[in-house]
Amino acid sequence: MSVWLIALIKIIVLFAWLMLFALYATLLERKESAVIQDRHGANRASIFGISSFGIFQPFADALKMLFKEDFIPDFADKKMFKFAPVLTFFFSSLVIIAIPFGEPIKIGDKTISLQLINPDIALILIFALSSMSIYGVILGGWSSKNKYAFLGTMRATAQIISYEVALIFSVISLIMVYSSMKLYDIVLFQKAYLWGWLPRWGIFLQPLAFIVFIIAAIAETKRAPFDLPESESEIIGFFVEYSGIRFGVYMLTDFIETIMLSLLITVLFLGGWHIPFIERTGLSANWIKAIEIIGFQIKTFLVFGFLLLVRWTFPRYRFDQLMELGWKTLVPISIFNLIVTAIVIGLL
Amino acid sequence: MRGFLYFFETIKGLLITAKHLIVNSFFHTLNYIFRIKTKRKGSVTYQYPEEKKPLYPRDRTLHKMMFRDDGKPRCVGCMLCVTACPSDCIYVKAEEVDGEKIATTFIVNVNRCAFCGYCVEACPEDAIRMDSGKLDFVGYSTNEMVLNLLKRN
Repeated sequence: MSVWLIALIKIIVLFAWLMLFALYATLLERKESAVIQDRHGANRASIFGISSFGIFQPFADALKMLFKEDFIPDFADKKMFKFAPVLTFFFSSLVIIAIPFGEPIKIGDKTISLQLINPDIALILIFALSSMSIYGVILGGWSSKNKYAFLGTMRATAQIISYEVALIFSVISLIMVYSSMKLYDIVLFQKAYLWGWLPRWGIFLQPLAFIVFIIAAIAETKRAPFDLPESESEIIGFFVEYSGIRFGVYMLTDFIETIMLSLLITVLFLGGWHIPFIERTGLSANWIKAIEIIGFQIKTFLVFGFLLLVRWTFPRYRFDQLMELGWKTLVPISIFNLIVTAIVIGLL
Repeated sequence: MRGFLYFFETIKGLLITAKHLIVNSFFHTLNYIFRIKTKRKGSVTYQYPEEKKPLYPRDRTLHKMMFRDDGKPRCVGCMLCVTACPSDCIYVKAEEVDGEKIATTFIVNVNRCAFCGYCVEACPEDAIRMDSGKLDFVGYSTNEMVLNLLKRN
């Protein structure tokens, strides 16, 4: 019974964490883009005259979305139209179940791992789930029965299929290095040092895979500079017929995918919750655990900030450039990296 | 080779935006969280209703009547401003008070005014000026925009 209770509490905490992060991610994106462009950003939403730099802005946005007209066009396939945003939201937020947030903590005589499930195939599970979320995009664009929505869907499908290849190849070379697909074991592997001073993090072991992974994964999240499925200035995108909270779900899904990406980068390349040389400071084990959990959050936040920086720095690719970058640059680089990794591992 | 150059150029672009982000957020933090006023601001925005853009001395804003030390208006009713006004929006009436000609009515119809500033240049007594600094004058009807400049407030 208590196992189920613990699992339930974990699910609630994880989901609350995710939703809160996603809500404030919208504010963070507006603020960060504003600060990059020498502006202020949203700072007017206030409750009882307290505006405090716009921390109520996400709730104002959500309320606005809820009260807007929920319009479904007559010619749309209504069931699929309603189902599609839920599908992408569900699959892209389900990725969080396999992410470890820290070392297991002890409460009383129970050991609680800060991870919902720890399957042997965690990485495969994660990429399977995150590529399932493309079905929501396809359904949404197709059921709208709108030319532009359909174009956006086609672009999204082509883009995600071509970048999945490079993404998976770069992850395979990681799996070869870590010799495990469990995310918890991957973090444990990274908690060591090369030559006694360099943390054995993925970014130092596989720098090429890191670059390929980060580019391909940004393309997977369908955000600028790879936001061709949306392309505000050419076609409005696969959600052109969506309004109100249904559109809001699509928008939130974008942010959730970015959060998942930053979590994955933290776990796979930045040593998870490992903070270099903390075990040499002589703090007690509990303190180290607490600091590491906070450190994981800070790492994720910084990676998220970096992804926003990328999003607000580069202009959009043309579609042929996108395909060229995917098939002619990233896939050969990742295969080359794979071969070199295999040779090095074979020789060692 | 071109690909390598392209990659380094993207890194350079990221460094530019990162510099903006870090420098601007530093000044934002100083100015808006710790309330330390620095010469350099994190943004180029003026937070309009609270914070107004500084006006240049040459800027023409809402009309203002100048008064003498004893409280009488400087206007002597010479009608030069009325003559100079291309929009025909000034109405002046003068009477003799204590052996001196002084305006008793000075009405500017802001609905018609084009803010050309000819009345200010025409005035020999420096009675009407356009340096009140008011730019946000509004009203619910056109009658509210007919201002009596002799009313001191």
